[in-house]
Amino acid sequence: MPFEGLAEKLQATFKKLTGKGKLNEKDVKSAMREVKLALLEADVNFLVVKDLIRKITDRAVGQEIMESLTPGHQVIKIVNEELTALMGGTQSKVVIASNPPTILMLVGLQGAGKTTHAGKLACYFRKQGKNPLLVACDIYRPAAIDQLKIVGEKVNTPVFERGSRNPVAIAKEALEYAKDHQYDMLLVDTAGRLHINEELMEELKSIRDGIHPHEILLVVDAMTGQDAVNVAQSFHEKLGIDGVILTKLDGDTRGGAALSVRAVTGKPIKFVGTGEKLEDLEVFHPDRMASRILGMGDVLTVIEKAQANMDSRKALEMEKKLRTRTFTLDDYLEQLEQVKGMGSMSDILSMIPGLNTKKLKGIQIDERQIPRTQAIIQSMTKKERNDPSLINASRRKRIAAGSGTRIQDVNQLLKSYEELKKMMKQLNGAKSKKGRLRLPF
Amino acid sequence: MESDDRKKKSFFSRLKNGLTRTRGNIADRVDELIRYYREIDDEFFDDLEETLIMGDVGVPTSEKIVSSIREKVEKEKIGDPSRIKDLLKDNITSILKRNTQPLTLPHPTVLLVVGVNGVGKTTTIGKLADRYRKEGKKVLVAAADTFRAAAGEQLEIWCQRAQVPIIRHEEGADPAAVIFDAIQSARSRGTDILLCDTAGRLHNKKNLMNELEKMNRVIDREFPEAHKEVLLVLDATTGQNAVSQASLFQEAVGINGIALTKLDGTAKGGVIIAVKSQLDIPVYYVGVGEQTEDLQPFVPEDFTEALFES
Ligand SMILES: Nc1nc2c(ncn2[C@@H]2O[C@H](COP(=O)(O)OP(=O)(O)OP(=O)(O)O)[C@@H](O)[C@H]2O)c(=O)[nH]1
Ligand SMILES: [Mg+2]
Repeated sequence: MPFEGLAEKLQATFKKLTGKGKLNEKDVKSAMREVKLALLEADVNFLVVKDLIRKITDRAVGQEIMESLTPGHQVIKIVNEELTALMGGTQSKVVIASNPPTILMLVGLQGAGKTTHAGKLACYFRKQGKNPLLVACDIYRPAAIDQLKIVGEKVNTPVFERGSRNPVAIAKEALEYAKDHQYDMLLVDTAGRLHINEELMEELKSIRDGIHPHEILLVVDAMTGQDAVNVAQSFHEKLGIDGVILTKLDGDTRGGAALSVRAVTGKPIKFVGTGEKLEDLEVFHPDRMASRILGMGDVLTVIEKAQANMDSRKALEMEKKLRTRTFTLDDYLEQLEQVKGMGSMSDILSMIPGLNTKKLKGIQIDERQIPRTQAIIQSMTKKERNDPSLINASRRKRIAAGSGTRIQDVNQLLKSYEELKKMMKQLNGAKSKKGRLRLPF
Repeated sequence: MESDDRKKKSFFSRLKNGLTRTRGNIADRVDELIRYYREIDDEFFDDLEETLIMGDVGVPTSEKIVSSIREKVEKEKIGDPSRIKDLLKDNITSILKRNTQPLTLPHPTVLLVVGVNGVGKTTTIGKLADRYRKEGKKVLVAAADTFRAAAGEQLEIWCQRAQVPIIRHEEGADPAAVIFDAIQSARSRGTDILLCDTAGRLHNKKNLMNELEKMNRVIDREFPEAHKEVLLVLDATTGQNAVSQASLFQEAVGINGIALTKLDGTAKGGVIIAVKSQLDIPVYYVGVGEQTEDLQPFVPEDFTEALFES
């Protein structure tokens, strides 16, 4: 990514500012330019940025410079707080209707991810003990109904469809069907459409008026640019949305659209999509999104993900080993196994602030190669595993032969191991808000 | 003093009306600037830069464009803001026209269509299949998206509409194997153009990009006599991430050209200017709707006009 962290840029801006005192207007102004550019590069809508900058400037000018923070960090703190506040501050969930079924309706532009997210919601609520019914109201896109049916099957949820009949009639009929068959949740998938297509927007209104959904959720692609405000505003004006699902956040976009959409609709983002698998749905954390947009690394997500995947005793042991630098190839192997199911190691590493992502390219870890790595390490002697520096050319040859791999594979493994070891040392120095950063493995 | 007031008013009224009136495009905003500024000064250039940024052109590219206009204004001592619009149009058009290689389709050609999820790959293939068949070409389509639910069915419907044959395997099959089969079939049928649909993938996913590289290698190895074009599909609604998409797909498989879709919405695809200015990949086609005929060749002048259209 060509994007340099805002933190570093602000540090540079404030380099000249030493000593104590108050943040003056001139300092703040030059810092705000960096903040503004960072937000714009993150695709936050221009007018939203302007508004925010005004608020932040008002707050920052005249503030005492705290002893514990550099001026740069202090500004970031204010910016982060304002962004978090704008994004709603706290989590916001879908409200379950007291009188079932709870009806949720998904709307949005073409290709935003409605069908997949209808499936994800079914999966999510099923895990919470709900009994949802999916409804296929996309009668336009070729094979959209087939897609929903396959998705429904994968998450064990029936799909109500009536081919390409009128979607308003389908939705109404589905509601009756759900009531008659004790479904306590109705998830309505609709066709993607442009917010300026009057006829199709009317159709959504009619579906809404036919089934009175408890929540209309606008599905928005996290990579959307400045136009996000137009889209969100039109859908909101015409339908009255209740919340937003932000999709494709597993990409490398900063996702500034989140801020724009929230600013123009005032409605909370309730879920985020983080992958193509139907389990890849998470509740939205405003504070994490704020730091992502600012490019400060989503430390919290990393930690949470890691913790969910590994028992804490092992983590502690590992940490100790790292600190005492006795990180062996056996430990390396164990780690690889633990990161299975956590997404690729480099994905996770790339979320940690302060790490040079360019260096990550040197570490090539692919889950599918774990069996091979295992074979290689198992072909080493105990001594070699504990002290890889012993492994000279002839040993490499033996190991390759023993594991049925090529010498290059052995070399690549040793290289990755060394890189990771280096990286971990670097990580040991990193700090999180809550004190020492827990290693994500 | 009076002009100061007017400037202020414009700034505040724009801010106030801003969120309810953002549909105004680059043209409206440039016109507004021209109306409010009597002379070209620093503030004018700042506002001009903002205008471009609001059109998704991105910060670095907008800065570049504005500074080259500023240079010209200073050199030619231009004092009249109304001339800015033409300067801007010329500048953008020339970026878009730079090093443009036209798409060539000799017999046989393989067109590998790639891009992130939901941008319009399958639809674009449906439109292209129809177009090429109508031009008298023998077209074959390979359904190498074996991942997304019902991707094959979707493509099959498009192929029926376009009346072209399709090679399909079951869901979950190896996409490279589909391409392999399609190449054998193309050769025995004497196909002119083989269109390959691929699953949407985010450009930052190493393993998925490896999978794409593999498909690309299969084409090179199994169909060496064919001319190959890799077409990247970008969604005009996308912001600055499109630059990252283009550069990472470029790195993985080498992009020959771009199809820019969904230009029938309110987004005008300004990010393509950033992509073009940073990577120099030509744009071949634009998508302007969901029907077969909603695909047009890209014409830089027309694109710029549309960007400035009220
Ligand atoms: N308005 C409009 N919609 C389009 C255009 N091109 C494609 N679409 C729509 O965008 C949606 C996604 O298109 P697809 O062709 O399925 O996209 P894809 O890239 O193949 O998607 P995946 O295979 O799921 O990654 C569909 O609803 C299309 O009808 C266009 O130019 N304008
Ligand atoms: Mg597709």
